[in-house]
Amino acid sequence: MAKLKSTFKNMFLSLFIISLVVAVLLAQVNKMTAKPIAAAKALKLENAIKEVVPEFDNNPVEEAYKMPTANGDSLLVYPAKKGDEVVGFAVNTNSNNGFSGNIQIMVGFDMEDKVVNYSVLSHAETPGLGSKMNDWFRDTTKPNQVVIGRNLSEGNLSVSKDGGQIDAITASTITSRAFLEAINKAYAVYKASDADSSATKQNNTDEKQEEEGGENNE
Amino acid sequence: MNNNLKVIVNGLIKENPTFVLLLGMCPTLATTSSAINGMSMGLATMFVLICSNAAISALKNLIPDMVRIPAFIVVIAAFVTIVEMVMNAYVPALAASLGIFIPLIVVNCIVLGRAEAFASKNNILASSLDGLGIGLGFTLALTLLGAVRELLGTGKIFSISVYPENFGSLIFVLAPGAFIVLGYMIATFNKLQKK
Repeated sequence: MAKLKSTFKNMFLSLFIISLVVAVLLAQVNKMTAKPIAAAKALKLENAIKEVVPEFDNNPVEEAYKMPTANGDSLLVYPAKKGDEVVGFAVNTNSNNGFSGNIQIMVGFDMEDKVVNYSVLSHAETPGLGSKMNDWFRDTTKPNQVVIGRNLSEGNLSVSKDGGQIDAITASTITSRAFLEAINKAYAVYKASDADSSATKQNNTDEKQEEEGGENNE
Repeated sequence: MNNNLKVIVNGLIKENPTFVLLLGMCPTLATTSSAINGMSMGLATMFVLICSNAAISALKNLIPDMVRIPAFIVVIAAFVTIVEMVMNAYVPALAASLGIFIPLIVVNCIVLGRAEAFASKNNILASSLDGLGIGLGFTLALTLLGAVRELLGTGKIFSISVYPENFGSLIFVLAPGAFIVLGYMIATFNKLQKK
């Protein structure tokens, strides 16, 4: 078959048909992958929560609610319950003061204001430097840098350079500051939600989905 | 058959997209901070190359010359979107670590370059093989580059520790290291090829 000439009609039809076929194909693939994608996202969130709070038997994702922060933003709080008793809170917190932008962290507190664990959800810090925050603040053999087990009711956390009690990651003070800022922010929200946990519970699923979609773009 | 083999070897060595044609430098430099990242980027690109080369070769007579570029891009974008959706669904961790560079395969000049230079002039079989060859060359180059950077930077290859991390020099994992390693690799490749 000879090559089609570049007349207006040929060009129009050719591009139109190719685009149409592609659109149908993509719609089909999207339909097939939409469920696994949603499941993978939900699993990731669930695992992050499981990692950072004491054992629970409710569904924190369904019971999540938003709490306003001091600067007008709001954070998602996931309450963890065993039976009817609240055993801890996981807070999806963030900081915009990272070395390369936004840092998202899931941090869990028990009922004694102690940090149970944390999980870095997304960040764009320098590999090998700032990205060490995944492990740095977790190392319980180094009492000067560990965050887990710290009791925040004794005051906010800050790096030793700023007169605080935690050693910053070597060569990544900015990242460390942002990390601790996120944890402090989460604690403030957790404290507020602990105080009036029954009063302000509202399940705004629309907003929740927006939040999750946002994470995925990073 | 001999001819087909030639097409593959051509993509792998004589026209290696990274070391000889120097195409697609953006993903090459950005995604090779570890061997596994480089390899998966290469494999994703290879899949897109084979599919788009085959599709464009099949459609070459239906696409008028004056609209060939937009038509090629629509076809390439379709395959890239499929790869992205499938990766998000079944290997979310990998998709997260490659991030924006998967959608950016659309504008990778290797893919468009092969569509224009090879697939629009050859039959389906030869075009698919060319996609395979160029894709393999790209994957090989990215894996090598990633492995060297990971080894020098963190003392690991494919996350298996070779020597303690503290002896690694971090610069190789960062952007400047990508340029340095790539430069030396191109030099080595040229030297070997001249022999």
